[in-house]
Amino acid sequence: MPGRPAAQRIVVVGASLAGLWGAATLRKEGFDGVLTIIGDENDPPYDRPPLTKQVLTGWVAPDHTVLPHLEPLGDTRWLLGTPAAQLDRRAGEVVLADGTRVPYDLVLIATGVRNRPWPASDQAALSGVCGVRTREDAARLIDHLDAGVSRVVVIGAGFTGSEVASACRHRGIDVTVVEQAQAPLTGALGGVIGDVAANLHDANGVDLRCGVTVQALEGSGGTFRAAALSDGTTVDADVAVVALGGVRNTEWLADSGLASGPLGVAADAGCRAVAVNGLVTDDVFVAGDVARFAHPLFDYQFLTLEHWENAAVGAQVAARNMICAPEDRRPHACVPTFWSTQFGVNIKSVGVPSLADQIVVTQGSTEAGSFAAAYGDRDGRIVGAVTFDHGRWIDHYRGLIEQAAALPGPYDADLPDKREPARFPPHPAASYHGPTVVVTGHSPTAMDAVRQPAGRSAP
Amino acid sequence: MTTSDTVKSAVSADLMRQVADAENRHDPYPIYARLREKRVNLLADGSYALGRYADVVGLLHDPRVSSDPHHASNPGSRLLVDNGPFIQRDPPDHDRLRSIATRYFGPPVSPGVVSGQEPEILSFVSDLIDALPASGEADLVDHLAYPLPVSVICGLLGVPKSDEEQFRAWTEDIVRGLDAEQQQGADDLIRQRQQAQVAMFGYVTELVQRHRAQPDGSMLSRLANDHAGQQMTDGELGATSLLLLIAGHETTVNLTANGVLTLLRNPWALDRLRADPDWVIPLVEELLRFEPPVQYLPNRVALADIDVDGTTIPKGASIVLLVAAANRDPDRFAHPDRFDPDRGDIEHVGFGSGIHYCFGAPLARIEAQASLTAFAGRLASPRLAADPPPYRPSPVLRGPLHLRVTYDKRG
Repeated sequence: MPGRPAAQRIVVVGASLAGLWGAATLRKEGFDGVLTIIGDENDPPYDRPPLTKQVLTGWVAPDHTVLPHLEPLGDTRWLLGTPAAQLDRRAGEVVLADGTRVPYDLVLIATGVRNRPWPASDQAALSGVCGVRTREDAARLIDHLDAGVSRVVVIGAGFTGSEVASACRHRGIDVTVVEQAQAPLTGALGGVIGDVAANLHDANGVDLRCGVTVQALEGSGGTFRAAALSDGTTVDADVAVVALGGVRNTEWLADSGLASGPLGVAADAGCRAVAVNGLVTDDVFVAGDVARFAHPLFDYQFLTLEHWENAAVGAQVAARNMICAPEDRRPHACVPTFWSTQFGVNIKSVGVPSLADQIVVTQGSTEAGSFAAAYGDRDGRIVGAVTFDHGRWIDHYRGLIEQAAALPGPYDADLPDKREPARFPPHPAASYHGPTVVVTGHSPTAMDAVRQPAGRSAP
Repeated sequence: MTTSDTVKSAVSADLMRQVADAENRHDPYPIYARLREKRVNLLADGSYALGRYADVVGLLHDPRVSSDPHHASNPGSRLLVDNGPFIQRDPPDHDRLRSIATRYFGPPVSPGVVSGQEPEILSFVSDLIDALPASGEADLVDHLAYPLPVSVICGLLGVPKSDEEQFRAWTEDIVRGLDAEQQQGADDLIRQRQQAQVAMFGYVTELVQRHRAQPDGSMLSRLANDHAGQQMTDGELGATSLLLLIAGHETTVNLTANGVLTLLRNPWALDRLRADPDWVIPLVEELLRFEPPVQYLPNRVALADIDVDGTTIPKGASIVLLVAAANRDPDRFAHPDRFDPDRGDIEHVGFGSGIHYCFGAPLARIEAQASLTAFAGRLASPRLAADPPPYRPSPVLRGPLHLRVTYDKRG
């Protein structure tokens, strides 16, 4: 079979970290054809982590977060401000919301995640109800905070919600945090570490309400006034920050024939998109928050990792694999790292703690709020680690995870050799309703798998 | 131990003696290459030396590796002092002491301290160059590389510059004895080092008392008088002051001098720096990889049996981490023996890594960048009077003793 002709036209869909680093890597690796970058926001690629940290505390202006171009992108076409609406794989075109058709030989999907909106749209429209995902969101929230507020209610105590609460306390603003789970950060780090995080909230004067949900956002005259909680109480506040996690931007791929849905876009370890029928594509690649890829280190489970490093590294691997010889392709096998700063504490995490059953504190002291802990799966293998103000040790744990080492015991002599359940909530995937796929065909060797139109009825 | 193991360790011990040998000071890198090749090297005193990048980085982040010499099963003469500075401590004491010191040196509490030194550093470098002969010859160690960091650290800490001669002599004795165990005449070196340590400790303790009586804005004064947060004991304060005073200039002088030497050996780099002063940033990083001022870390200790490549470093054994060897590991860096500031990937361990990562790194960078830019920009057609130059005695803190440079004209 003759080799494929070299790609002349590459389209990157998504103009945030993964899109930018993907484009930069394509140029660095020698792609000199037509490069187009499509983004739904008007802004050039910017860095999101500071938005809930330095930007909210007022140290950095929202528009001072532009991502540097690590490689010259050369002659690149930027189509910003209009989202992609469709991927027409048969025609080899990305179709924008305004009908523009952008032809490609290869396409990199890096459309990321958007903020999960407050479900009641009339309540979400109240002035004072904010999310934090984009630069615009951050600027709007700052305007509210600058105007002077009596109290902010933060809905959701994941990393984003906790960082927002921290920034508010830093500014001397009263905060109530409402979290459905029994403690903050439990989805990412489990209940043992969640309890440590709860102490942080308490010590910093946050009014933390766990095991409770917000039932309604109440307003008057179009302005948010109070949040009604499931325990019957009401929190009076001027600002509500909706920090309920993200929704993956995959709707535009609904008719593309790719295995995409609320869980992300499935991809092999080399970042090639998987089609509905389970076959790997040759011309569609995926990177960043939206990629759901088979990780070799974690039993080839399909993982989505909404971390900065995963976006930056995944995009580089994907871009390289797009244009290198097939035999030179490499897997996106990086052990992901994540960091957060809240209440003056530096939190770092490596690996995939949420895959763990057990946890052991290995260094420092959870009471003192300065420690390292390692996560193990049910076979006793280390799969993740977290540090609170112990970040310079994180590379040790990364090394252990990379080597698929056994879960270590405590390194500090005064720590008890105690492994305990990590206490993760049930995986939320169980509650997703992705599109149904069925197999069709008349003989066992001529089967295909296709998406079932919605509304399959019971036999 | 089998006979062949004994032979192997004899070879390793001999290699490490060659590194310490003054004859090889000008170019220890071929010896490091052999130590790296053997990966885990058992030395004559029972220490283990490692030089591969992955091993050095791994052990620098390994909680089973201690920096406290008291844990060594053969502590012998190693840098044993009660109340050692944070470079010789483990968590949680290390973390407590370092974070107190950081309060007066860097972010988040004092973000402007280092960057605030920059105008003074630039003007002092300019004065030093002004003081050189208009043409002819100058020793750029005595007249550039040494005076700048001494002046900066004295100002920052609050140490009278008039005491420089006094603490210079002590510092020389301490530095020379840093790795006495691997050198000839170890006993004398160790005795001199210990005497100098005691004397210098007395000096800084007295200095701290003076700062208590007459506070100013200097770092020692703030350490001694600030009662806002956690405090150091007087002993800890003395040990910290001693560390900052020695490390604050002994290492940077070598970074700058190695930089001048490397530029003179690579005229293309000198021309490029002259044309593009901003290029000094990757240039100094590449210098930290190519000619690191701290060549190895001689005083780590295994707190448990540690397996590296099938060899067990037993609990209590001393570990020597060869950062200069790691920086030239061909498994980590392409063409590692080439000086190439444009390599892009310069993740050197010249400042160490992990919790003991160089405390003064941001200051050292600014000092070296300022000195090298001024050297390149203001001396026309500089060339080395002698290559290799004479070296200072220490194999650990390695750098030229003198660097006689002739030039056509001072600009």
